[in-house]
Amino acid sequence: MYNATILVIDDEVQIRRLLEITLESNQFNVASADSAKDGLRIAASHPPDLIILDLGLPDENGHSVLKKLREWYTNPILILSAQSNEEDIISALDNGANDYLVKPFRTGELLARIRSALRSNATEDNNPIIDCGELQINLAARTVKKNNELIKLTATEYKLLSLFAQQEGKVLTHQYLLREVWGPGYINQSQYLRVFIAQLRKKIEADPNRPAYIITESGVGYRFIAKE
Amino acid sequence: MFRQLSRINTAKQFLISIGLIVLVAAGCFIASGFIEYKVVAFILLLTVSLIAIVFNILPVLVAATLSALIWNFFFIYPLYTFHIGSTEDGVLFLMYFVIAFINGVLTNRIRKIEKQAREEEEKAKTVKLYNTLLNSLSHELKTPISTIVGATDNLLAEQSKLSTENRKELIENISVAALRLNQQVENLLSMSRLESGFIQPKKDWCDINELVYDVVNRLEQQLKNHKLTIIIEENLPLYKLDYGLMEQVLYNLLYNASIYTPPYADIFIIAKNNAEKIYQLDTATANHSEIKREKNYLTILIEDRGPGFPKEELEKVFDKFYRLSNSKTGGTGLGLSIVKGFVEAHQGTIVLENVPHGALFTIEIPAETSYINNLKNV
Repeated sequence: MYNATILVIDDEVQIRRLLEITLESNQFNVASADSAKDGLRIAASHPPDLIILDLGLPDENGHSVLKKLREWYTNPILILSAQSNEEDIISALDNGANDYLVKPFRTGELLARIRSALRSNATEDNNPIIDCGELQINLAARTVKKNNELIKLTATEYKLLSLFAQQEGKVLTHQYLLREVWGPGYINQSQYLRVFIAQLRKKIEADPNRPAYIITESGVGYRFIAKE
Repeated sequence: MFRQLSRINTAKQFLISIGLIVLVAAGCFIASGFIEYKVVAFILLLTVSLIAIVFNILPVLVAATLSALIWNFFFIYPLYTFHIGSTEDGVLFLMYFVIAFINGVLTNRIRKIEKQAREEEEKAKTVKLYNTLLNSLSHELKTPISTIVGATDNLLAEQSKLSTENRKELIENISVAALRLNQQVENLLSMSRLESGFIQPKKDWCDINELVYDVVNRLEQQLKNHKLTIIIEENLPLYKLDYGLMEQVLYNLLYNASIYTPPYADIFIIAKNNAEKIYQLDTATANHSEIKREKNYLTILIEDRGPGFPKEELEKVFDKFYRLSNSKTGGTGLGLSIVKGFVEAHQGTIVLENVPHGALFTIEIPAETSYINNLKNV
């Protein structure tokens, strides 16, 4: 496998150096920019495999940089943010960010998110079977197996799970899930989502109270983690 | 009450003062057959004094002037003229006028001094709070910073002399100190959000089971030596709450419980619904039988088998920067005031009491509920 190139756009030299050291020592190629202007220029001239974008840039609002990138850039974008403001995060995800990390972040977590984003970007093959540890989802046959035994899901539960599994590692916002599973008229009916998440966890998780597959992202949404 | 009255706007103060004088004078006039005109002067003076207690100086002076003129016109012989017959009455009138004025000016001055004293007292309180804040902050922020600076100095300067074991320990210390620093900054940010009145709960449907376990799982390391029992009422409805704020509330309470109770101590988390039925009088049968609506409260109890709280400090623990006299280091004294602030942002209440062998926090939050168990097969 070739070494993926990651573009870091952050105005803080210390964070930039930290990311450069961390990423380079984990076999990534790193390019970095200290402003929105530079970041957009480098992204256009040498499109990277993934972009790490800080929301608090001095010369331009991070959200607007994100929108500009998303006009043509299709690889994953990971957001760094100094504050855990839920609205800010939701808006970044809605504008096409694949994931977000709030400062201070652990480098282990950062690397896991980067690998997951690169992986799901690479697996655009049409393999209908998604394997995640004890769980096996067959999109063609519309069946789900846990420890090789078929488990019975309702139509809505299946729709929710297949949506999660196809976007493994990515944070899916409440509104996105409601719109995709129930329809645009339901985006404010989050009670449905709560009930179905609880039901789904009971069926697929080993311990529904300590979920390993469907992770709660407080105030934002849910993330599906495929156990290896 | 006085302070409330003195907040009435000036135009109204004029009207009320004049009205009161006219009213009292009219009363005296009706009763003038029974009371002597000199007594009337005292009654009017008393009225002016009462006005002076609550109102501003100008309305008081108007009341004083008006009452003097009324007394002269309606009560001093010859009646219904401003002319004063005897020298004695002339002296009385003059004295009345002067006394009424002195009355107004003096009470006004006293009020000014009182106000000043109050302001000074408040200022002193703020200064004291500020000092407590500075002491607490400089200690709580500088301790981890010192750890980081000291450890990095060691690592940079004496790298060759340090054993691998010591090196590792220093690095771990840096990590712990940085996380502690981050926690303090988070608390300060929460507190300043509360202080600025910026906290508007973003309410959305919450699964309490998910909320409780989410917090417990995040505190797994902290709680690994404690015996945790979680009791969540079966078929608890969904509640409309701010998930993030409630997460912080439970986190701070459980974190405290983990720190301030001995290892292996029991900690209980109980969540249940508390429905208050509001009855409406059925007019046909005069029975209180018809349920108008139900008000639901989410009740969360967090009980620990720890040392409890000193009785005289139970009230104060929610105060900003308050730390128990015997408390260990490690907090800014903000945790519980943030808890209280976030609960109150939901119009809820939190009560702390000592129970046999421990302490009990009871949170009650009124909230909209949703039972949608009938959706199972959709």
